[in-house]
Amino acid sequence: MATDVPLVDAAQLLGELRRTFSSGRTKSEKWRSQQLRALLKMVTEQEKEICKALTLDLGKSEYETYACELAMVLDSCKLAIKRLKKWMSPEKRPIAVATIPSTAIVHPEPLGVALVVSAWNFPILLALDPLVGAVAAGCAVVIKPSEIAPATSAFLAKFIPMYMDKEAIRVVEGGVQQITALLDQKWDKIFFTGNAKVGRIMMAAAAKHLTPVTLELGGKCPIYIDSTVDVKVAAKRIIVGKWTCSDGQACLSPNHLLVEECFVPKLISTLKTTMVEFYGEDPRTSKDLAHIVNKNHFKRLTALLDDPATAEKIIHGGERDEKSLYIAPTLLLDVPLDAPIMNEEIFGPLLPIITVKGPDEAIDIISKEPKPLAIYVFTDNKAVQEKMVSETSSGGMVINDAVVHFLCPHLPFGGVGESGIGAYHGKASFDAFSHQKSILYRGFTVEVYARYPPYTTHKLKVIRALLGRDFLGLLLALLGFRRQE
Amino acid sequence: MAIIEEENLVAAAAGVEQLVRDLQRTVRSGITKTEKWRIQQLKALLKLIVENQDSLLQAVFTDLGKPAHQVVFTELLTLATSCKLAIKELKQWMAPKEVPVPPLALPGTAFVVPEPLGVALVIAPWNFPISLGVDPLIGAISAGCAAVLKPSEITPTVSSILADLLPKYLDTDAIRVVEGGIPITTALLAQKWDKIFYTGNYTVGRIVMAAAAKHLTPVTLELGGKSPVYIDDSVDLKVSARRICQGKWSFSDGQACVAPDYLLVQESIAPKLVETLKETIVEFFGEDPSTCAELGRIVNANHFRRLTRLLDDPRTAEKIVHGGERNEQSLFIAPTIVLDVPLDVPVMLDEIFGPILPIITVKGVDEAINIILDLPKPLALYVFSTNKAVQERFVTETSAGTVGINETVLHVAVLGLPFGGVGESGMGAYHGKHSFDAFSHYKGVYHKRMEADADGTFPPYTSARNNLIRSFLTEDLEEI
Repeated sequence: MATDVPLVDAAQLLGELRRTFSSGRTKSEKWRSQQLRALLKMVTEQEKEICKALTLDLGKSEYETYACELAMVLDSCKLAIKRLKKWMSPEKRPIAVATIPSTAIVHPEPLGVALVVSAWNFPILLALDPLVGAVAAGCAVVIKPSEIAPATSAFLAKFIPMYMDKEAIRVVEGGVQQITALLDQKWDKIFFTGNAKVGRIMMAAAAKHLTPVTLELGGKCPIYIDSTVDVKVAAKRIIVGKWTCSDGQACLSPNHLLVEECFVPKLISTLKTTMVEFYGEDPRTSKDLAHIVNKNHFKRLTALLDDPATAEKIIHGGERDEKSLYIAPTLLLDVPLDAPIMNEEIFGPLLPIITVKGPDEAIDIISKEPKPLAIYVFTDNKAVQEKMVSETSSGGMVINDAVVHFLCPHLPFGGVGESGIGAYHGKASFDAFSHQKSILYRGFTVEVYARYPPYTTHKLKVIRALLGRDFLGLLLALLGFRRQE
Repeated sequence: MAIIEEENLVAAAAGVEQLVRDLQRTVRSGITKTEKWRIQQLKALLKLIVENQDSLLQAVFTDLGKPAHQVVFTELLTLATSCKLAIKELKQWMAPKEVPVPPLALPGTAFVVPEPLGVALVIAPWNFPISLGVDPLIGAISAGCAAVLKPSEITPTVSSILADLLPKYLDTDAIRVVEGGIPITTALLAQKWDKIFYTGNYTVGRIVMAAAAKHLTPVTLELGGKSPVYIDDSVDLKVSARRICQGKWSFSDGQACVAPDYLLVQESIAPKLVETLKETIVEFFGEDPSTCAELGRIVNANHFRRLTRLLDDPRTAEKIVHGGERNEQSLFIAPTIVLDVPLDVPVMLDEIFGPILPIITVKGVDEAINIILDLPKPLALYVFSTNKAVQERFVTETSAGTVGINETVLHVAVLGLPFGGVGESGMGAYHGKHSFDAFSHYKGVYHKRMEADADGTFPPYTSARNNLIRSFLTEDLEEI
């Protein structure tokens, strides 16, 4: 059990990693590339072990494990390997008139020793995807996998040391005590995926040492849908977005639907038939649905359903079985906006449907909530698309689908406000663990004596012209003329 | 006394709460998001600076004793340049940028869309009291944010004039100035901001970030540190001495976050360098620097005492080789050089932020790097050497917010370079477009078309479907 593992001496651990980092080993392109390839190898060779762990922890199907976790990690590794040289190379910037002649360069360097704290719902992806960024950036890393997914935690603790540089990359298992001990230390970067409550604890701990953070949190990701779309295509996408990824237990899961009122009956009936198509008459028998992660969350979710004002609004599903931690994919229609199920991020297989008059009402409802990690808009009307993009704020957005923006490595993936700070994926992962150091190179061939005190009127004119990028004024000043103000 | 303070604090808190609510309302109205509003505000700010130069300069002179031209060059011209750049580039900065979409995600298009974070708090320090408040404000405005500026209470005349002028030129529904000391700052920090931008010291930086953590507010912290200068025998000593003296004493008398803090000099040139520095100090500031207007003064009695304590430490006092004179009444401390103090005396432990320059003789690059690595990462690091290998070693083996090779401080004028710290010298950056970025959220937007998806992507996932999807995913990955 992850929580039974003895406490690691955090200070000693950090000392070891700092020594490794100070040696400069992790900075070389060779080391970074080697580690990325080792990670790639691990994920490829140990796929069966990973699937076993994820089945144990969450009842995930092989398909889900591959498509939603492994493929993404492989993708990230390969992209990083391919682009590493480019990402690492210094970038030239334009200089200022005042500094001619000179060269301005931005030089990326690793932040140092990073702590990656990952979540239980995509326990492989959310540990390894940030790891790709940290390693590509040249950092030493400690991964603290979630103890709520203990089989995956054990997998990582066992296999990462077998493939990767043990002196630079370590896995520490454990629960609250362990993470508290780790957070007492001074890290050069903390990367956290989880909920906002713990996010605050992470940031408060980071503040003690001025450690920069990336916090990938959650929120209630709404879908707005109107009648301009193909109902069958939309229904399929909504259902896959909601239930295929960890049975609704994902930071990106559509939380609730805001549906244009004329579209409600059609959408509901299509959702119902499509859900049966996908998961069968009795979804308990479907191999494609993960289970609720543990009893705690099971109780939390069933309590949401059992609230009287909510229970009477169930229009599909609602069945549950505590022993197998199963809750049926459930639809609810027009629960009151102040019902418990509408108060918190659901993080489960329940989908409330709220009737709205149109985009204005939807925006009104959305704006009253904290900014979510994503907003999904299903509409073919370009003006409505525009309106939703510009009048709402969220980490990311998808038009006419859900969740899948995650697949675009060139889109920075992260939250805003309560849904998080910072971003990653693609180069953004490299940047999340890097400091972009500005460098100005000058030589001794040209000196502008006007810049030094004591300042005569003439000198002041020269400087003024230089700083004001006033070439003509500069020329005139240097020639001793007076410029008309 | 305590009761009055508490009442004031309560009243302050209530006022500030209402202020934030008002600003949030303004942001929700959408007005600050428009390009028109942002340009209007930036132009108004430019006008404010141009039309009120004299009173702004007078205010800084009253608070800090800085000569007018110094303030013009380091603050007013800086702000004018920032404004003009933002006005010129705003359209481009605001434009959504298309990014490539992997084959897996076709058909579809993807854009990165900048949006304002919302309501920002900008806290300014006292040493460049106008620009270090207004420059971040320019970033906030260009990003479409509403903002509160809290100028430093240590420069009360400047604070007062900013509180007077800003409402006359800018949209008071969106931009406000709040004056005051610790109680009001505490009240401000207790609110939920969408961004906090703080320039100042490490101690308060941690307080700011801890306050921000309660609301998950992103922060930019521009702090300081001991910015070292390494110098070896490959350089023009006279030019180097001038650049170092200017960097150390010409801008705020050493009271600047990027001022050279201490020198590490290769032993073979140490005596010559010390001599050249002494000559240059006299060249710049005269035989009796207490009469030199260029130097401004130490900001207040607190800092004066702090700095003289550093000099009066016995193991430091005996190492003074130039300067050391002081006058508490005029808050004057002479440009002072201390040579080869032990590395554990107070002047070598914390950021000096004053006109004292320790010089440490080192054997070479290795010793210099070791000394630098024993201290927290500074905001700036300077290397005077024409030897490219030496330059490279410092760049790759040390870490700092920013680096100047054969120059001090001037890199701050290059707006294409992000200006910010790392580790204890700060987090985040600004200047130029980076100011816009500091107050923006970059939202990833992915547009998918409504054509029917391949059946294979939907459950139930039979092994046939699994294999199909898998091969599609794998094949796709090979192309990346």
